Amino acid sequence: MKSTRIVRLVSVAAGACAFGFTILTQAQTPTTYALTHAKIFTLAGAPIEDGTLVIRDGKIAALGTTVEVPSGAKVIDAKGLQIYPGLFDPLTQMGLSEISAVNATVDSSETGAYNPDVVAATAVFPSSEHIPVTRAAGITEVVVAAGTGGFDFSGSRGVIGGQASAIHLAGWTINEMLIKKTVAMVLTWPEIQTRSFDFATFSRKDKPFAEAKQDYDKQVNELTDYLDRARHYAQAMGHGGPSDFQRDVKLEALAPVVRGQLSLLVFADRARDIRNAIEYCDKQKLKMILAGGEEAYKVKDLLRSKGIPVILRPTLSLPPEEDDPYDRLLSQPAELAKAGVKFAFGSFDNSFARRLGQQAANAVAYGLPYDEALKAVTIYPAEIFGVADQVGTLEAGKVANLIVTNGDPLELTTEVKLLFIKGQNTSLDNRHLRLYEKYLNRPKAAN
Amino acid sequence: MKIASTLLIRLYCIGTLWGLCFVAAPQPSPAANPPDAAPVILIQNATILTVSHGTIEHGSVLIKDGKIAEVGTSVKAPKDAQIFDAAGQYVIPGIIDCHSHIAVDGSVNEGSISVSSIVNIADVLNPDDIDIYRDLAGGVTTANILHGSANSIGGQTIVIKLRWGQPASKLPFEGALPGIKFALGENPKRSNFSIPGAQQRYPATRMGVEETIRAAFTEARDYQKAWADYDKRLAAGDKNAVAPRRDLRLDPLVEVLQGKRYVHAHCYREDEILMLLRVAKEFGFKVRTLQHVLEGYKVADEIAAAGTGASTFSDWWAYKVEAYDAIPYNAALMTHRGVIVSINSDDAEEATHLNQEAAKSMKFGGLTHDEALKLVTLNPAIQLGIDKRVCTIDVGKDADLVIYNHDPLSAYAVVQKTMIDGRVYFDRQRDIAGRADLEKEKKTLMDKEKKAEKKPEEKKPGERKPEDKPKPPQQDTASRGAQ
Repeated sequence: MKSTRIVRLVSVAAGACAFGFTILTQAQTPTTYALTHAKIFTLAGAPIEDGTLVIRDGKIAALGTTVEVPSGAKVIDAKGLQIYPGLFDPLTQMGLSEISAVNATVDSSETGAYNPDVVAATAVFPSSEHIPVTRAAGITEVVVAAGTGGFDFSGSRGVIGGQASAIHLAGWTINEMLIKKTVAMVLTWPEIQTRSFDFATFSRKDKPFAEAKQDYDKQVNELTDYLDRARHYAQAMGHGGPSDFQRDVKLEALAPVVRGQLSLLVFADRARDIRNAIEYCDKQKLKMILAGGEEAYKVKDLLRSKGIPVILRPTLSLPPEEDDPYDRLLSQPAELAKAGVKFAFGSFDNSFARRLGQQAANAVAYGLPYDEALKAVTIYPAEIFGVADQVGTLEAGKVANLIVTNGDPLELTTEVKLLFIKGQNTSLDNRHLRLYEKYLNRPKAAN
Repeated sequence: MKIASTLLIRLYCIGTLWGLCFVAAPQPSPAANPPDAAPVILIQNATILTVSHGTIEHGSVLIKDGKIAEVGTSVKAPKDAQIFDAAGQYVIPGIIDCHSHIAVDGSVNEGSISVSSIVNIADVLNPDDIDIYRDLAGGVTTANILHGSANSIGGQTIVIKLRWGQPASKLPFEGALPGIKFALGENPKRSNFSIPGAQQRYPATRMGVEETIRAAFTEARDYQKAWADYDKRLAAGDKNAVAPRRDLRLDPLVEVLQGKRYVHAHCYREDEILMLLRVAKEFGFKVRTLQHVLEGYKVADEIAAAGTGASTFSDWWAYKVEAYDAIPYNAALMTHRGVIVSINSDDAEEATHLNQEAAKSMKFGGLTHDEALKLVTLNPAIQLGIDKRVCTIDVGKDADLVIYNHDPLSAYAVVQKTMIDGRVYFDRQRDIAGRADLEKEKKTLMDKEKKAEKKPEEKKPGERKPEDKPKPPQQDTASRGAQ
C-alpha cells in the first residue's frame, strides 16, 4: 500500500516537472503554451475533441482542431485530459479573512452602517494561505465582497458594506491580481427581525413584530435618505468643479450606483425580504444582483421578469424552515433554471470555497442540467459581475484562466492537473499539500 | 445574519453559544410511522457494496425480522416478500456518524463547570428534531450523540439509531456502550468565547486542561477505591461498614476506569492529543476516539499504538487557530499509519452528505473506494463498539441499509431509501409524493389561524397571534448541530 502511494507521489512530482512549474521561476517561464490533444470544453459552443489551445501573452490566442502550434511554444501533451475555463467563485472573503475566529486576521466587515467607500481589494492579502488551497480546487478567480463575512460585536454587518472586487487567484501584488476593482456595491437588506442574538449580553432577544417592523422601516428610510443624498451629490458632481461643492467620498462612491452603472449586490434570503428589496431597487432604479436567495424559488417569476441574477448560497445547506422539504436548497437551482432565472453558485466563504464544484454537482443530482451547473461556476458569475469579456469561457482573446483535469471538474474525485491564470502555468502547491508531504515522510515513531 | 450564521457554524463547531439553541417544535412526520412488524423485503438487481466482502453486481439482499437474511446473486424471493427493484442502484450499509448533536432538546453544553460529567445527553433526547429526518435522508442510520466541548470533561453521551417517528425511548442503540465527552484545547479553555462581564473559568490553558482531567481521575480513583473497600468489608460481614457518599460526577469516570464507558475526546493539536494519551495511560483507561483530531496526521503512529480511533472532518479548516494546520489528507494519512479512522459531521447539515465527505479521501491521500466507504460505515462502528450489529452487508446483521441511485462516493448520488432494522424510514419517492398533502395541511392550518385572527372576540385565552409563533431564526439550525 505504502509503496504504491510513494510511486504515485513520485509520478505526480515527475509529471509536474515535465509540465514545467512555475512560481519560483516565473520570470523565466514561457509566455506561449500549446496544450494539445485535449478535449476542450469551451462553454461557448460544443466541446472540441482532440483539440489544441494556444496561450500567448496571458491570453487565449487560438483554439480548435486545426490550430497550428506556434514556434517557440511550450508544448504540453494533454491527451486523455480535459480543458475547462477555471472555476469562478462569485462570493468570498478571499484574502480578507485568514482565521475566522481571530479578529486580527479578519478584515471582512467595517463597523458602522454605511461604508460605500471601502473597497475589498484594498485589504486582500496576496499571501493568504486560502488562495493556493482554493486554486488547487480549480478555482482561478473570485469576487471578494466587503461587508459580508464576520460581524462586529453588536452583531451587525451594516447596511452598505462596501465594494466587491473581482480578482485572479494568483499574482505577487493586488495590482497583478485585479480583474476589476469594483464589480458591485454590497447592500445587506434590512430584515424584519423578530428574534436576534445580542452579543452584549450573549443571549437571545425577542422582539414583537410591530417593533421589528418599525426598526425595519427606520432602516429603509435611512437608506432612502442616504441614496437621495448620493443622487443629489451625483447631480452636483456633473455640474462645476470640485471647488463648487464639498467633497464626500462616501457619497461619491455611491454615484455609479444611483446612476444605475454599478450593481447593488443585495443580501436577502427570505421571500419577504427579497420581494421588498426588488420592489425597492425597482422604485429607486437601481441595478440589483441578489445574494443569498434561500427562498428565491418563491419569487422566481419576479426575478426573471426583472432580470435580476442570483448568487446562490451553498446548496449544501439545511432548509430555512423546519417544514420545508429536506432537499429545498438542493433542488432550488433546478427550479430557478427552469423558470429562466440566471444564477451562479457561491461559497460565501474562504475555507469552503473549494466545495464550489461539489455545490454545483449536488444541484445536478437534484435536477439541474449539467451544462447549466458548469456555467453557473464559470461564465454566469462572469456575466453577472460584468467581466465576461475577460473570463468565464475559453475563447480567443479572453484571459487564459483555465484548468486541465482528468475528468468532470465538479466531481469530488477529479484532479486538477494544471492550472493557468493570466496565461501562467500556476503552481498547485499549497499549505495542505506541503503539510501532507512533510508528515507522509515522518519516520515511523519509536513509541 | 445569514452570513454570520455561516461563520458561527465554523467558529462554534465546537464550542458553545449559550442560549442560542432552541427547542424544535414537534412536527408531523414526513414519513409514515413504520408498522410494528418488520416486513420481509428483497432488494434485487442492485450493486451491493458489502464493505466486508467486496462488491456484488446484480445482487440481492433479503431482509427478515429486521436482519439481513441472505446476500448474493441468486437469492429467491419468499412468497410474502416486498420486492425493491434496485436496477442501476447501489446498496451500502447505513452511514454511522460518530459525532453528532442532532435530536438534543436544547443546548448541548453544560458550560458552567469544567467537569460536567454529571449531565447526560440521554436525558434530553428529542425524537421530534427534524434533523433526524434530514440526516436519514442523507443515509445516516446511527449517530453518536455527544455533549458539547465547553468542558475538559463534558457530559455523558449516547449512540442512537435514527428511528424517526418513534418515541425517545426507542432511539438508543440497544447494547451500545455509553460514552463521555472530553475536550481539549481552545474550547475548554474558552479562547473564543469570552462573555462580557463573565468571570474567567479554570482552565484557561492547555496545561490547566490536563490538570483538570488528572485531578478528576485522581478523585475518581480514590472514590473507586473507597467503594471497593466498602464492598470488601461488606463481603467480609462487617456490619459497621458505611457506604461512601455517592458522587454523580465521579460515577461515570469510574465507569471509564472500568472500561464500561467510552471516552470521546474533542481535540485538535498534536501536543494535546499526546497529552491525553499519556494521562489515559497513567490512569489505566483507553481513549476510545479522538474527535476532530485535525492534527492527528502529525502523531498518527502514536494514536495507532494507543489503539485509539480517530474521527475527523473531511476538509474543514482555518475557522480557528487550532484548525489552521488541518488538511484534507488527514483521514488518509492516519489510515495508512494504521489508525481506525472515521469521517464525522458535527453538524446536522454535514451529516446529510457524509458519503461525499468520505469520497474526498480518495482524492486527498489516495484511499481506495473500499477504504473510503469504511470511513462512514465499518470504522465508526468499530469506534463505537457496534460493528457486530451493523455497518457491513452480511447475514445476521441489522438491516440498516441505504439505497443510492449512483455510486455513493460521488457528488451525483442521491439517497432513494434508508432502512433501519429492516424498516423503511426514508423513501424519496414517498417524501416527494407526500409534499402536496403537507402543503395542503399547512395551508388549512394557516387559514384557520388567520380566521381566528380576524375574530379576536372568539379567541380562546392563551391563543397566540401568528407573529408571536415561536420560529427559530437561521442561527438555530446553524448552531444547534455545530457544537
